[in-house]
Amino acid sequence: MLSRTAENLYWLARYVERAEYLARTIEATLRVTALPNTYIGKTNEWDSALLTAGVSASFYGVYDEANEHNVVDYLSFSPANPSSIRNCIENARLNSRSVRTALTGEMWDTINSAWIDLQEVWGKGTKTREDLTKFLRFVLETSLRFDGSAYRTMLRNDAYWFSRLGLHLERADNTARILDVKYHVLLPEEEHVGGPLDYYQWTSILRSVSALTAYHWVYRETLKPWLIADLLILNDSLPRSLASCYGNLVRNLDQIGVAYGRQGAAQRHARGVRNRLEHSHMDDIFQHGVHEFIQEFIADNSRLGEIITKQYLV
Amino acid sequence: MTVAFDEMNGPDGDLRPAYQELSRWLKETPPDALEYRRQEAELLFRRIGITFAVYGDAEAQERLIPFDVIPRIMSAKEWAILEKGLKQRVRALNMFLRDIYHGRDILRANIIPDDLIFQNPVFRPEMNGQAVPHDVYVHIAGIDIVRVNPENFFVLEDNARTPSGVSYMLENREIMMRLFPDLFARHRVAPVERYPDELLSALRSVAPLSAAAEPTVALMTPGVYNSAYYEHSFLADKLGIELVEGRDLIVKNDEVFMRTTEGLKRVDVIYRRVDDDFLDPLTFRPDSTLGVPGLMSAYAAGNITLANAVGTGIADDKAVYSYMPEIVKFYLGEEPILKNVPTWRCREPKHLAYVLDNLSELVVKEVHGSGGYGMLIGPAATRATIEAFRDKLKREPEGFIAQPTLALSTCPTCTESGLAPRHVDLRPFVLTGSNHVTIVPGGLTRVALQEGSLVVNSSQGGGTKDTWILDE
Repeated sequence: MLSRTAENLYWLARYVERAEYLARTIEATLRVTALPNTYIGKTNEWDSALLTAGVSASFYGVYDEANEHNVVDYLSFSPANPSSIRNCIENARLNSRSVRTALTGEMWDTINSAWIDLQEVWGKGTKTREDLTKFLRFVLETSLRFDGSAYRTMLRNDAYWFSRLGLHLERADNTARILDVKYHVLLPEEEHVGGPLDYYQWTSILRSVSALTAYHWVYRETLKPWLIADLLILNDSLPRSLASCYGNLVRNLDQIGVAYGRQGAAQRHARGVRNRLEHSHMDDIFQHGVHEFIQEFIADNSRLGEIITKQYLV
Repeated sequence: MTVAFDEMNGPDGDLRPAYQELSRWLKETPPDALEYRRQEAELLFRRIGITFAVYGDAEAQERLIPFDVIPRIMSAKEWAILEKGLKQRVRALNMFLRDIYHGRDILRANIIPDDLIFQNPVFRPEMNGQAVPHDVYVHIAGIDIVRVNPENFFVLEDNARTPSGVSYMLENREIMMRLFPDLFARHRVAPVERYPDELLSALRSVAPLSAAAEPTVALMTPGVYNSAYYEHSFLADKLGIELVEGRDLIVKNDEVFMRTTEGLKRVDVIYRRVDDDFLDPLTFRPDSTLGVPGLMSAYAAGNITLANAVGTGIADDKAVYSYMPEIVKFYLGEEPILKNVPTWRCREPKHLAYVLDNLSELVVKEVHGSGGYGMLIGPAATRATIEAFRDKLKREPEGFIAQPTLALSTCPTCTESGLAPRHVDLRPFVLTGSNHVTIVPGGLTRVALQEGSLVVNSSQGGGTKDTWILDE
């Protein structure tokens, strides 16, 4: 297929995934900030929402204060923020138009009708909390519908695989960013603190990767920070864990390699990262330093993006 | 102006045979059912994303072309004449282009003045003596047809560069079949759905000699911001070929390749929807970022077929158009089946004088114009517009032609005050392959939605209708 088509599919999936992640982050932050101060301490949750979205620096170029109104506006609607939900949807639609021929009708319809419906929201904004929640739900549903349409209607060929690469690379990046911002509340030595303060931080983390229920099914325990870290980093049965993302990245890259009769740097690099995750234990990671581990992962992950681009997309 | 010929009710108010069933159906169908289906159609168009961009209109970057749900109907007999005439005309166009870029018999026979060709900006000296595969220049032609009475078809324009609109012909039919299955059941409408297959086989038939046994065809678009982008992606999809932009292509050793995820892949035929000027920055406009450097040298080397060929603009020129009856006679030795609209060439002083004296009754068009831009409709224009146009004409007479204001035929159309006659034209699409000319029965009917308006162009507020050719 055309390199440009593959590139568009890859980015299309990334944009949709990012929009969903932003919507989840805002939802989780709204929940935690609705709690009385005694439960969440003095940290500014809106600040960490900006950090996990990776747009803190550009935000303060526009606003002075990270409060609910400003952050929700910046993350959701701001045309000035290149990775606002609005821009993600706009870019996803633009990419979809460019690759109409590689999308199934269902995928196009999902993006195009979401784009049409959201024009009204961009015009009017969300005046009430109810409007906002409805909007965030709509974004989540759009992403789920898009993902589901892709899964159920696309031919299993390179178009599908490149789109999945975008999805899993973006997802790994998002999960890693939450861990990067919140790692301090997951450190085991803070266990003794273990008051309600941390508890709500932990549920908030799990909510932003839709893993709160999963946690209880997997561990059948009350929330323990090291188990949360284990779930998000190493447990490959959780779709948003780093291990699961890399399992999928390796699989999709292998399928491309087989179809094209050639393996390359992307396959090798992805396998390297996956192997490291497979052979890690939480104890070692804590000893080595969670923060360092995550930072290294984020660098490795974006390196994979560069390699894929070089190998296939230009 | 005389009363226009209505295709449903005829000159004397008698229902014409092709419309009998439709008329009966209209009487049975409550008006709000029509309105409801019109809204449904609009929703479908928007959902599918059948939009077009209007240049210079930032507010409405993506607009729908209004779709009128009342079909325009022609009998098989009418179509047979039209089909014959169109094939004849397109054959002559191709022979004319081959001649202009080679022996130039028609100039030596003094049928067309030399300077109309050689001083014409759309004449491409690069194409002099250049062989094109199978001598086909215009693979896809969109010939605009109008009627003023039941007997005659007139050609209004020959679109020989990159005619658009065929996606509407196909999508209009799809949507009509979805919304009005009962109406279809009462007619025998000739299908149009084989157009993509015919197009693909025409394109494959003109592959260069150096192509592989299974030639690779690609559709080249200027990109998502082009006004006809939807059509480009639609056609690529229906043909099952790659939709490429200039940046996807690269020329190496005079061969054209596309950049794929598996490396470079040779392309043999490009159905290009990019104008000559932007095709190759090394040959044409150096500032073009839409094109492919070296494309013209691959073309000269005979390694790529461009459809349509470079330089077909000369057959699209409206002053050259005025010679079409002579062109048909010269190359085919036949009387032209389709008539030309009488045309005054403003480049000729006598014609210019007549035009200047009668501006308020004429339609004046730019010789290279399209899309209804830059034209004057005398009877509908204000004094001031006419005077401004007069100055333009005097300054650059060779840039214009004039025609009488035709009372274009009308068809019943949904309007705010119920069904009413509106003026229409028709653009059938004529395909030329290595050894055959084909037309699917139908075309794009464009309708001027404003009462009394004669401008059918979508960029000027025109709409479209499904066009039915009845099988007998």
